[in-house]
Amino acid sequence: MKRSRIAAFAALILVASGVGSALLLERVDESRGHATLNEVVYISSPQLLKRLSLGYDGLLADVYWTRVVQYYGGKHHAGGGRYELLWPLLNITSKLDPHIIPVYEFGGTFLSTPPPNGAGLPDKAIELVEYGIRNNPGDWHLYYDLGYLYYDLKDYPGAANAFERGSRVPNAHPFLKILAAQAAQHGGEAQTAQLLWSAIYQTTQDNYIRENALWHLRALKADQECTELQRIVQLYRQSKGHFPSSFVEMERAGLLRGVPTDPTGNRYQLDDQGRVFVADPENFPFLQKALPPGYVPKAVETIPKSKD
Amino acid sequence: MNSRILHIATNTFREAVRDRVLYNLIAFALLLTGAAVLVGQVSVQIERLVVINLGLTAVSLFGVVIAIFIGIGLVSKEIDKRTLYTVLSRPVRRWEFIAGKFFGLSGTLVFNTALMSIGVFAALLYVSRHFQASDVSILAGLYFIVLQFLIITALALFFSSFSSPLLSAVFAFSLFVIGSFAEDLRGFAAMTHGATHWLATGAAYLVPNFSALNVISQVAHGTAVGGQLLLWNTAYALLYVVAVLSGAVLIFESRNLK
Repeated sequence: MKRSRIAAFAALILVASGVGSALLLERVDESRGHATLNEVVYISSPQLLKRLSLGYDGLLADVYWTRVVQYYGGKHHAGGGRYELLWPLLNITSKLDPHIIPVYEFGGTFLSTPPPNGAGLPDKAIELVEYGIRNNPGDWHLYYDLGYLYYDLKDYPGAANAFERGSRVPNAHPFLKILAAQAAQHGGEAQTAQLLWSAIYQTTQDNYIRENALWHLRALKADQECTELQRIVQLYRQSKGHFPSSFVEMERAGLLRGVPTDPTGNRYQLDDQGRVFVADPENFPFLQKALPPGYVPKAVETIPKSKD
Repeated sequence: MNSRILHIATNTFREAVRDRVLYNLIAFALLLTGAAVLVGQVSVQIERLVVINLGLTAVSLFGVVIAIFIGIGLVSKEIDKRTLYTVLSRPVRRWEFIAGKFFGLSGTLVFNTALMSIGVFAALLYVSRHFQASDVSILAGLYFIVLQFLIITALALFFSSFSSPLLSAVFAFSLFVIGSFAEDLRGFAAMTHGATHWLATGAAYLVPNFSALNVISQVAHGTAVGGQLLLWNTAYALLYVVAVLSGAVLIFESRNLK
């Protein structure tokens, strides 16, 4: 056989076997199951991993942080569930390189958010952010994140303390002082929550966090508006003796200037029991009061895209 | 440097280039380009960090592998190919041969590192769109990596002067790993007592301290490397290299090459 023929034959076999092995690998992955591929932390000791990295622990921390993002993102996209590896992965990442700030900023949120959208481990989230503060005491954002975690737990003195500690960091944003005072005096009030999310929206550089803050602000606004509308519905009932059948009736009665719309531009809904709620609750992943009666929120797969 | 050392160094550099050592640059370029493009899509807010960490780690590991695998053959290969006899039959002293080989491989590694550094800064510019003042500290990280290469080259040459290439590779690589734990080793030594204390302390000071030369994580976060650390690390690395090369010369001078 000529050499050129042998070469052509070898090239053909190379391509065929290459494609075949890739296809077989897909089958192998399928038969192993998803859990065996992703849900394993082979070495759980950060100290051992640090030793094994031979001094290249910075790169290993980057790899682990990427693993955290992929793990959380993958589970979140699949509809949530139990994030059992989230804490071990974040713990390893932070111990390998304690100076990666996004690990605390995002990791804290991933851990504290209740299931199915997060691990529901606020204590671990606080532990993580406190560790971040100990290693990066000059970064005021971390105190802010810690304060928010406490605020979310309704631990207002804890939140005030965290904001106050942050306000003492050189070059800290002045609003930390205001937040400390607000959390101490008016913890739990919608106004304070609004202030918190406005501060996040104005100071963050990250698009995801910005979008998240925007949707929290919209949910707060919708909740506030529904509460106010509910109050006006009661006024209508007191004067007319029955619930209004529509907002147009309330407008005719001089109680409203027009048909009210929610922050996404949709009209608010009014049922025959006089309850006011949003038309499309899927647009408000963080809504608490203005949800339609009997509505069960689904896992927040992705935050809806902003219309503006 | 005398002309004989310079000639041997130049030939060592040429031989390394002929052996396609610089082909590692292709792998390095692919690695960094891939990282620069992919990281933004699979991770969050660590693009710069990954480029610096991955870039400097790759520079370090590629260099260590080249230093070990070329270094272990510098003397033994010349003996096997009998070219050493031709060189030594000329007015070249054995120590000049060792020094020339060391400078030749060191030059290759410095050249390789310089090209890789351009790649690191190019990738950084791609992900950040601009440089920051703190990026200057990356140069300090690269400088320490070069110091690391000098020590490993000297060690590989030392082992190559009396051992087979395979054993030299094992010894040099083992010392690289142990040297990465040098600070832990000193910590363990401090905890022991009696004769064990002296033995452990001796071993801790005997192995090269690579952990002090690894500031990759620090420079990745833009933390400046102090002038004193630069000075002491330079002095330490140069003294260690001189000591190891002296050992290599001692052994090589006493070897019967007939």
